[in-house]
Amino acid sequence: MSMAEPRPLTASPAAVSRPVYEIARLSKTYARNHLTALTDVNLTLNKGEFVSVVGSSGCGKSTLLKIMSGLLPPTKGRVVLEGKPVTGARADIGMMFQQATLLPWKTTVENIVLPIEIRQGRAAAKAAIPRAHELLKLVGLGDFANVYPGELSGGMAQRASICRMLIANPAVLLLDEPFSALDELTRDFMNMELQRICAEQQSTAFLVTHSLAEAVILSDRILVMKPRPGRIVEEIVIDLPRPRTLEMINTPRFGQIVAHIRDLLGKEAFQ
Amino acid sequence: MTAKPELIVDPNQDTVWVEHVALIDRIPRWLAMLALAVIVIGIWDLATARMGWVSPIILPSPGETLDDLIFVGKNLLTGGYMLEALWTTTRTVFWAFLIAASAGFSLGVLVGETKFGERAVMPYLVAIDTMPKVAFAPLFIAWLGFDIASKVALAAFIATFPIIVSTAAGFYAASENERMLFKAMGASRWQTLIRLKLPTGLPYIFTGLKIAAVGVMAGAITGEFLGGGKGFGALIRESASMLDTPRVFSLILYLSLLGLALFFLVAWVQKRLVFWNKADRPGGVG
Ligand SMILES: Nc1ncnc2c1ncn2[C@@H]1O[C@H](COP(=O)(O)OP(=O)(O)OP(=O)(O)O)[C@@H](O)[C@H]1O
Ligand SMILES: [Mg+2]
Repeated sequence: MSMAEPRPLTASPAAVSRPVYEIARLSKTYARNHLTALTDVNLTLNKGEFVSVVGSSGCGKSTLLKIMSGLLPPTKGRVVLEGKPVTGARADIGMMFQQATLLPWKTTVENIVLPIEIRQGRAAAKAAIPRAHELLKLVGLGDFANVYPGELSGGMAQRASICRMLIANPAVLLLDEPFSALDELTRDFMNMELQRICAEQQSTAFLVTHSLAEAVILSDRILVMKPRPGRIVEEIVIDLPRPRTLEMINTPRFGQIVAHIRDLLGKEAFQ
Repeated sequence: MTAKPELIVDPNQDTVWVEHVALIDRIPRWLAMLALAVIVIGIWDLATARMGWVSPIILPSPGETLDDLIFVGKNLLTGGYMLEALWTTTRTVFWAFLIAASAGFSLGVLVGETKFGERAVMPYLVAIDTMPKVAFAPLFIAWLGFDIASKVALAAFIATFPIIVSTAAGFYAASENERMLFKAMGASRWQTLIRLKLPTGLPYIFTGLKIAAVGVMAGAITGEFLGGGKGFGALIRESASMLDTPRVFSLILYLSLLGLALFFLVAWVQKRLVFWNKADRPGGVG
């Protein structure tokens, strides 16, 4: 594992880097059922920062992520990425979903350059193939570039979708429970991979998850949401040193943080 | 195939399981098929040529049928009038299939892709689909005459509906995740249609085309029964009216070869085009 540039170990990396994504006074009401999914959400993602959001089911996490990705229009508020308001799908946003969603009629490498193909055409996609091979090596799939997704395991498919997310050098990565469909061992491994990749690429990432352990092990900050109406109730800075390892799960500090968040959420949300 | 433990009283000994393979699982498929054919033809022979239980006008013996099959085969191979009839029917089937495929696909896209098609057009299509379409044959003959055109029209009319339905279903088949992915990539409606919905829908479309291949045959022959002309259907009807039952049998057999050829042509193209569908998709949806 080579780390290009380890992140600062200080408690607030926010102090040293510039803001990439800014959201202010955001609210969302679904017109269909007059449901207030989000109210007065404020958050800032700084360059190179990893931020997670946790909260009980239905508190509006996916809604927030869809608004941030431009897939869903907000009702009110400021949603600004790299100085430009987000009004629709954008090339500088990388997304990853719970399912890998690779197209079965395209090879792994063709799947990875798909975002380029859609936005800039076949020629540009062809030109991006060397970069796709690099990314495949980065996630350890170097030998699987020309294989069809039907031959990849669930974990391999998700690694391929990480490459697809990174291919256009997005300014921010938005991840909606990316590994929740994988088994626990693969998931732990993928989280460590994600940490390494984000460090190497110096990515700014925003993760929605149901797993407190996953959030704590990956994040610089955790936002805790509560439902009805969805809102951010607390921000927790994770002061564990980087790079994080799975062994940290057994440290007292880790236990304290998880216990604190669980306390905030109340018993109903998590087992 | 059940596994039963052999009863061994001594607890210190390993238990041995013996798998009992049923008899039918031990016989290769071709042998089973051959055996059934031999049995059926044997009974058929017994009932006609040997015992005379059934009159030859109702059911000719296997021997008579084989003789006639050879006769018709020779006529076809030497370019006789039967080949001309087969060629007429082949042309009918070909044009009808082509028209059904284009019309069915276009209407399927309209219904599957646009709100207007779904809301306004689909109900009418469903209503027409429930009608017995053969009943339209006299209309087509009145409009298009006794020539090949009226048969093409009837066959195409019958075969269009399964293609519409399967195309529309195919266009709905892309998952929510896949749609979201394309939206997030900023794909236009056209791109989503061509790059996502069409390939996802191909297996469905081919299912419709296979049903249409069968329908087009039925339509063409029905048209030739009712509207005369020079096709194979007319030959069958003439032979039947002359109580030449062996001829009817062998004509039907040769006709079914035409149907099979069309069906396997579609299946072959599908295998070429939808190469990914045989593998399940752990990397895809679900
Ligand atoms: N398209 C929609 N129309 C109307 N209401 C919706 C829609 N999507 C979500 N909601 C509602 O908004 C609220 C927040 O939903 P959201 O999917 O954002 O929750 P979530 O935090 O992602 O939940 P989970 O953890 O279960 O994924 C829920 O009450 C949900 O019922
Ligand atoms: Mg969600």
